[in-house]
Amino acid sequence: MNSSQLITKTSFLLLSCCLFNGCATFKDISTVKNVKAWERNILAQDNMKLEGDAIDAYVDDHIYFSKEASSGGKSVGGGGCGCN
Amino acid sequence: MRFSIFICTAVLLFSTNASFAGDTAANFVLGKNSKGKNVTLQSYKGRVVYLDFWASWCPPCLKSFPWMNEMQNRYGKKGLKVIAVNMDQDRQAAKDFLSKQPADFHILYDPKGKIAEQYNVQAMPSAYFIDKQGNISREKKGFKLKDTDELEHYIQSLLGQ
Repeated sequence: MNSSQLITKTSFLLLSCCLFNGCATFKDISTVKNVKAWERNILAQDNMKLEGDAIDAYVDDHIYFSKEASSGGKSVGGGGCGCN
Repeated sequence: MRFSIFICTAVLLFSTNASFAGDTAANFVLGKNSKGKNVTLQSYKGRVVYLDFWASWCPPCLKSFPWMNEMQNRYGKKGLKVIAVNMDQDRQAAKDFLSKQPADFHILYDPKGKIAEQYNVQAMPSAYFIDKQGNISREKKGFKLKDTDELEHYIQSLLGQ
């Protein structure tokens, strides 16, 4: 492999890396930011729940409760710690 | 190869600055006293501290408040200090919460999560029992009313040490 080929390949690899990172800037590549437990205030709002219909959600809840004895935990307000 | 993977995993596991039971509780400023001097967590060494992290949007936090009031009123004179750190980014939301659910204990505001970061808070609410020596004796994630008897016994045992 001559030097020009090497440069081409290296730049192609670098470019691919950037593209696979989507809109991430170079600064963000190494820092994946997770949402911390205390940063869920907006996610914890009622209108952020993954449910379209209150009756449908009620039926789902009933199934989970009767089959798995679990309830709640559909929103992130409680941090998923099972405290209802 | 396997050894290097093991080393990397070990480094990753132990490089976090998490607070674990047995560690010295990270110090932070609670506020200023009447003389304008900073009051820190360390100034409560010799007392048992129940350090709670809460937010207005967290339903179990609301359930924990009457119990924390009860604990502060019952064991305050025996050496318990309840400190509740609010994590709301919107201060007004916290104030609205407190107007509906008054607190008889020390409330602190940490909207940027600096204190929570020090304690590596994993769930809301989270509570840390800090013993008289200033060490984290136990971490409790979440709050359930059915656990309160056991938690009270734990506080009693820390106070008795």
